[in-house]
Amino acid sequence: MSASSDVGFHAQRHARWHYGEVAFWLIVLACGFAFPTRYLIMTDILRLALFAMSLDLILGYAGIVSLGHAAFFGVGAYAAGLLALHGIVNEPVLALIVAGLAAMVLGFATSFLVIRGVDLTRLMVTLGIALLLEALAERFSNITGGTDGLQGIEMQPIFGVIPFDMFGKAGFFYSLAVLFLLFLFARRVVHSPFGLSLRAIKNNPLRAAAIGIPVNRRLIAIYTLAAFYAGVAGALFTQTTAIASLDVFAFERSADLMLVLVIGGTGYLYGGLVGAVIFRMLQEVFSTITPQYWQFWIGLVLVVIVLVGRQRLHRWVLYVPNLVIRQIAGRKAVVAVPESDA
Amino acid sequence: MTSILTNLFDGVAYGMLLFVLACGLAVTLGLMNFVNLAHGAFAMAGGYICMVLVNRMGWPFFAALPLAFVSSAAIGIALERTLYRHLYARSHLDQVLFTIGLTFMSVAAVDYIQGSSRVFINLPAALQGQFDLFGVGIGRYRLMIVVICGLLTIALQMVLAKSRFGSRLRAAVDDPRAASGLGINVPQVFAFTFAFGCGLAGLGGALSAEILGLDPYFPLKFMIYFLIVVTVGGSSSITGPFLASLLLGIGDVAGKYYVPKMGPFVIYTMMIVILIWRPNGLFGRTAAR
Repeated sequence: MSASSDVGFHAQRHARWHYGEVAFWLIVLACGFAFPTRYLIMTDILRLALFAMSLDLILGYAGIVSLGHAAFFGVGAYAAGLLALHGIVNEPVLALIVAGLAAMVLGFATSFLVIRGVDLTRLMVTLGIALLLEALAERFSNITGGTDGLQGIEMQPIFGVIPFDMFGKAGFFYSLAVLFLLFLFARRVVHSPFGLSLRAIKNNPLRAAAIGIPVNRRLIAIYTLAAFYAGVAGALFTQTTAIASLDVFAFERSADLMLVLVIGGTGYLYGGLVGAVIFRMLQEVFSTITPQYWQFWIGLVLVVIVLVGRQRLHRWVLYVPNLVIRQIAGRKAVVAVPESDA
Repeated sequence: MTSILTNLFDGVAYGMLLFVLACGLAVTLGLMNFVNLAHGAFAMAGGYICMVLVNRMGWPFFAALPLAFVSSAAIGIALERTLYRHLYARSHLDQVLFTIGLTFMSVAAVDYIQGSSRVFINLPAALQGQFDLFGVGIGRYRLMIVVICGLLTIALQMVLAKSRFGSRLRAAVDDPRAASGLGINVPQVFAFTFAFGCGLAGLGGALSAEILGLDPYFPLKFMIYFLIVVTVGGSSSITGPFLASLLLGIGDVAGKYYVPKMGPFVIYTMMIVILIWRPNGLFGRTAAR
């Protein structure tokens, strides 16, 4: 068997749906029916999961470290808010796509700045862009509402049929549908030759360029796509909470997002989803122990994760499930350790 | 005319303060290539220690300043020996996560111990108010800052350029392997430099309580300023960050005074443009290797 067909065989096998994945989504769907009183927090988790997935696309797959991913989230949030407030695009799904596209345009424009330079410059530029947008949103308070944020947003029914209810049921299933569709697309992308070339770039840009991968163009493409995802996440935030305030751009949001992804693991799409669930639960637990100071514990978690080592941590977490699977099914573990981190 | 000169003077004082705050970061980030986003936390520690000494225990301000330096340096060396040194070889992502974690912890801890409101340090009467110099209003406190920071800068430059420790540090940075082959204890040199940088940050934090405002969110609010100083200034010498701080200080004060609505906007745009134009900093040779 030639080397190239061998690679293709493995790539295809990875791309196939596992039973575990189907079960995962069924469980998520079941949660929607099992906990009818917790729609708001579950919607929050879905939003965060989508946002984390967006960061995973550039961090886990392309190796771009970003400290300002909230920029796109914020643009999506404000775009959706303004569209709804001024009645430009009334239908939520359409507004969602338009808001995502707005963030995508920004992502495309700034990607040229981001692909230049090394890690450190990228950190600074991404952080700078988010801060710049926050300053802009504060400056043009006649459009954005300044520190008060956009108020009085009223969402129209989805497709003109399903209205947003006050318990957040419609919001939850709406977010879930959006997340699932975008997940399907992201899954297709990362398993395509395009996605494989991104991993090659992440592992070694120089070598990737040497085997004929157009490194810069690929990075621009994935950065733009990730911006779209983040924009949609932001738009979901506005649509399901009916507010958009300056803190959508805040540095803490970008930093928390990194934590989400690190908890879940980078470089496989479920990392963001799992991380979002664990992060919100941690936050709930910490804020019930010490309401005002939960940030301390979040910080501690970050420090411990880094000191222990992310890969080692994931091996520990997956040790028991793998053992069980090996004992019962008598074959190689299905739950794989995520790829090496950025 | 005089208001321009007063603003210029304020800008210079502000810039020099930023330099003292950030020059420790120039060493860790620029020379040791370690992304330390928690640098502001050391500054905050120094500021709060000074505040407690002066306000609660009645120490004189000038006696509390050196102690702010020493205690920040002590915290710095303790953290360096226990935590930081394990991370020098790690990826930038790990360093970012770790230092963000530290920053969050410091913010919440200070909030818990001292409360979330802004604190002021009681200044001696001699440092309050302004006096006129050829019609230019000069704040006494700012003048003191310019003097202290100016002297520090000269001293730093002398130490780096002339002393034996300075040449060891430059050797360790240029090529750690060759330096340790020559018998230089590279980790020790780095640890000492790190602690010294933290000490300077602590001193800067104590000095800046009056001008920048000191509250638990200090490390997050001014993180970007420190990073700008280092990335724009580069790190091949002390001069780069120094000029960058002055530029930033004057630009920020002038921006806030003349175009108050565009204030931070100008700074961030400048930073991005400079980074795109010269990724290694305005005066830098290699900001990151």
